[in-house]
Amino acid sequence: MRRLLALYTLFMLFFLYLPIAVIVALSFNQSRFGVQWKGFTLTWYERLFSHPRILEYAENTLVVALVITAIATLLGTLLALGLYRYRFRGRGLLFGLLYVPVVVPDIVMGVALLLFFAWLRETLGFFRLSLFTIILGHVTYQLAYVAIVVLGRLATIEPELEEAAADLGAGRLATLRYVTLPLLAPGILAGALLAFTLSIDDFVITFFTAGPGSTTLPLYIYGSTKRGISPEIHAMSTILIAVSTAGVLLGRLVQKRR
Amino acid sequence: MKRRLEAVILLLPGTLWLLLFMLVPALLMLYLSFLQRGPHGIPTGPLTLANYLRFFGLEEGGFDPLYLVILGRSVAFAAGVTLLALLFGYPLAYAVAKSRYRETLLLLIVLPFWTNFLVRVYAWIVIFQRKGVLNAFLGALGLEPLTLYPSLTAVFVATLYTYLPFLVLPVYTALERADWSLVEAAYDLGANRWAAFRHALLPQTLPGVFAGVLLVFIPALGTFVISDLLGAGRVVLIGNVIQQQFGVVRDWPFGSAAAYVLMTLVLGGLYLYARAMGERGLERLY
Repeated sequence: MRRLLALYTLFMLFFLYLPIAVIVALSFNQSRFGVQWKGFTLTWYERLFSHPRILEYAENTLVVALVITAIATLLGTLLALGLYRYRFRGRGLLFGLLYVPVVVPDIVMGVALLLFFAWLRETLGFFRLSLFTIILGHVTYQLAYVAIVVLGRLATIEPELEEAAADLGAGRLATLRYVTLPLLAPGILAGALLAFTLSIDDFVITFFTAGPGSTTLPLYIYGSTKRGISPEIHAMSTILIAVSTAGVLLGRLVQKRR
Repeated sequence: MKRRLEAVILLLPGTLWLLLFMLVPALLMLYLSFLQRGPHGIPTGPLTLANYLRFFGLEEGGFDPLYLVILGRSVAFAAGVTLLALLFGYPLAYAVAKSRYRETLLLLIVLPFWTNFLVRVYAWIVIFQRKGVLNAFLGALGLEPLTLYPSLTAVFVATLYTYLPFLVLPVYTALERADWSLVEAAYDLGANRWAAFRHALLPQTLPGVFAGVLLVFIPALGTFVISDLLGAGRVVLIGNVIQQQFGVVRDWPFGSAAAYVLMTLVLGGLYLYARAMGERGLERLY
């Protein structure tokens, strides 16, 4: 039985890694068409970096993700603290809104945002689709994810600790600063990491909220793929794979340190 | 008074954001779904049910189930993907939970999943295309090449690949939390392997299974990217219908109606799930 399970695990790992291995291998393959191995080359990486706008796309992707992470982490954490501490009318509805990005297919939210921005542009006149609208759209999503993660962490904090701080004469702000936030830090960090990764990864919301001149790397891959596959895209995919792998491993390392 | 101010500071920014960029767009889309496509694609009144009637095939000139067929196909597609994800994913989660190297294995399973979504989908084109990896392999074995790109099979495999970890992770978590001494007890009471699993372990992991099923089914139902790329326009799912209305067709009212049908279907399903699982059902998702 043990051997059978191990064999099965190997088979599934093969399935999980096959596409990634194929892309990485082909990005170093001399052959432009076809998949026969014709020898090692870095040509496709050179071609990729000589693309006049590729760095701009990468910058767009990174800037958008960083801004989104900052806003979503701040708003999401505040919202989670508020939802956790206070009972008020409409609390249930607010909880419901938090779960919308989790349970509603992203295309629905994407087209709704597209309509909303088009309508704003018509009534206000200045709301063009751009990096800015991508950020507005994404924050809505990531803010909910951050709040859910932080709420999960809040549930593990013992209220006695905050009460003890109050008994010792700490004001509400001091309690927040010296007791609640340090205890909450891993949750906030996890939420921020999730927001960052999801926003780099996202295609659908970006697709519907991006305008001309706000191309991100996923949008570029999509556009190129529609024109046929190319080794330059293999090369870019390989770089993205390397970055996300390094990110996950780094995250693990930080976790282990704690 | 101070407490109230604090509550406002904490709650207001996030709430306003969610209302403005989630609820308002959703309501705007609902309103639009009752309008009509005007000249130049600009939505105009008066309010009408025509978009919904058209979706359900009840237009003037007889019953035309075009969109109902697409919806049915999408549901069957998502259900098929979910079923296979369960058949492949549950044993994988079980194998990881039983393994000595569970930490490493878990990391290995999560890693591809953090790779960019579009890269993962794109990779399957490279595998399935006419002169792709699969056909090179078949050719080396002396077999006939397959034409899998573009096809529904390719879309299916790529979707399964993309969302499989969504099922493995919650099931694994459930298995890890499960009380395995019950399994021991079942063996002591003379249960065979299957009976011990069926009666002592499986019921404990059902919340994880349900969560995983939802996390696979919902995105599989709404996908348009995977069907667009691996189907190359030949595989039309409900997501593609919606995307086309907002893209080339530019019939926003009909697209809105289709999006609302999809959302209602999902939320209706979730409502049934929540009722079946009790009040904490939705929170169990995470």
